Amino acid sequence: MSQVDTRGLSCPEPVILTKQALEQGTLPVSVLVSDMTPLENIRRYAENNGYKVEEKAIADEWELTITK
Amino acid sequence: MSTKRKATLIIIIAGAVAGLAAVILQHLGNPGNMGFCIACFLRDTAGALQLHKAPPVQYLRPEIPGLILGAFALSLLRREFKPRGGSAPITRFVIGAFVMIGALAFLGCPFRMVLRMAAGDLNAWIGLIGFVGGIYLGTVFLKKGFSLRRSEAQHLSEGLVFPTIGVLLILGAALGATVLAVSESGPGSMHAPVLWSFLIALVVGALVQHSRLCQAGGFRDVFLIKDLHLLWGTIAMFVVVLIANIWQGSFNLSLTGQPIAHSDHLWNILGLGLVGFGSTLLGGCPMRQIVMAGSGNSDSALTVLGMITGAAFSHNFGLAGAVATAESAGGVGANGRWAVIIGFVVLLAIAFANIRRRKA
Repeated sequence: MSQVDTRGLSCPEPVILTKQALEQGTLPVSVLVSDMTPLENIRRYAENNGYKVEEKAIADEWELTITK
Repeated sequence: MSTKRKATLIIIIAGAVAGLAAVILQHLGNPGNMGFCIACFLRDTAGALQLHKAPPVQYLRPEIPGLILGAFALSLLRREFKPRGGSAPITRFVIGAFVMIGALAFLGCPFRMVLRMAAGDLNAWIGLIGFVGGIYLGTVFLKKGFSLRRSEAQHLSEGLVFPTIGVLLILGAALGATVLAVSESGPGSMHAPVLWSFLIALVVGALVQHSRLCQAGGFRDVFLIKDLHLLWGTIAMFVVVLIANIWQGSFNLSLTGQPIAHSDHLWNILGLGLVGFGSTLLGGCPMRQIVMAGSGNSDSALTVLGMITGAAFSHNFGLAGAVATAESAGGVGANGRWAVIIGFVVLLAIAFANIRRRKA
């Protein structure tokens, strides 16, 4: 399992970091997100590329778990 | 309907409504191919506030507070209003200023570029080459690890400053505050009624907030992750305005005779190149910056203030493109050319200086 912390980063950095983590191939990838826009972007990128995304809200942030 | 289809539908609706808003506002009195233009409206507002003294471009555009407050209201309703800031604020201010200088060399932001393209203005199609090229350059740095680092959560009061400025601006426009400068001729003198400008922009601001519509992001995502999602918004906007122009007989495929434009091709390309490059480094086009600022992002708020400052510099130092007329070809003068070149040098320096090894 690898972890990516995208909290506070501007678009499109959260997606780029997630993409790089997924390309390294150690699944599942856990992604910390602080805003809705990167959350939607990461979800769209992952689902478009055949991954499954689970979302868990932690206070006013989110943890996404990406698996095949 | 799947979440993905729903999101695509929302962004298409947002782009289409934004395009329609521009068509309606032009009917109601806004200048030619300038029903909506973020760069032009920030410039006119800077003029109204007498940050520059160019007589033809002074008018407090109610569309600006409309966008801010539309985004603010919907982000509150959807519980997405989040005060955040502190990601390289002064760097963002400077990039914002040069994005504006580039836009005013071309005579329009990406929104107006699309309006001009859809009216047959071939100068804007030429400018598009620069816009896309600038975005591509930005993605090269993003792939190399460019980052303006993290923003942090801020106190509620910090997030409320920009929406409060929006309230003061619309009050100033609605009450016709006599301290504000108003153009007697030129683009600043052409405008829709205050209430309509404000209400229509409220809707656009809310839709852009909801859909995340971003004109730089559209091309950026195609280059970075081969995703057309955001681009659909811009395509929808183009199609709606194109249909409206053909319907009204105002489609004129030509380099000349276009409203508020010039045919200084190289500088149209480089001006919009600076806009595309800067917007990609910032993470969003000028419209998106206003909407994010309304949603609590004080980095974007500072970027917008940078854009207003850039507009003031553009007109105080003669950097903006001159409009082609029957007597003159117009174009970008020596000062403006140097400013665009300096803009590229500064943005490249910022881009190189902020490449970091990523640690996830």
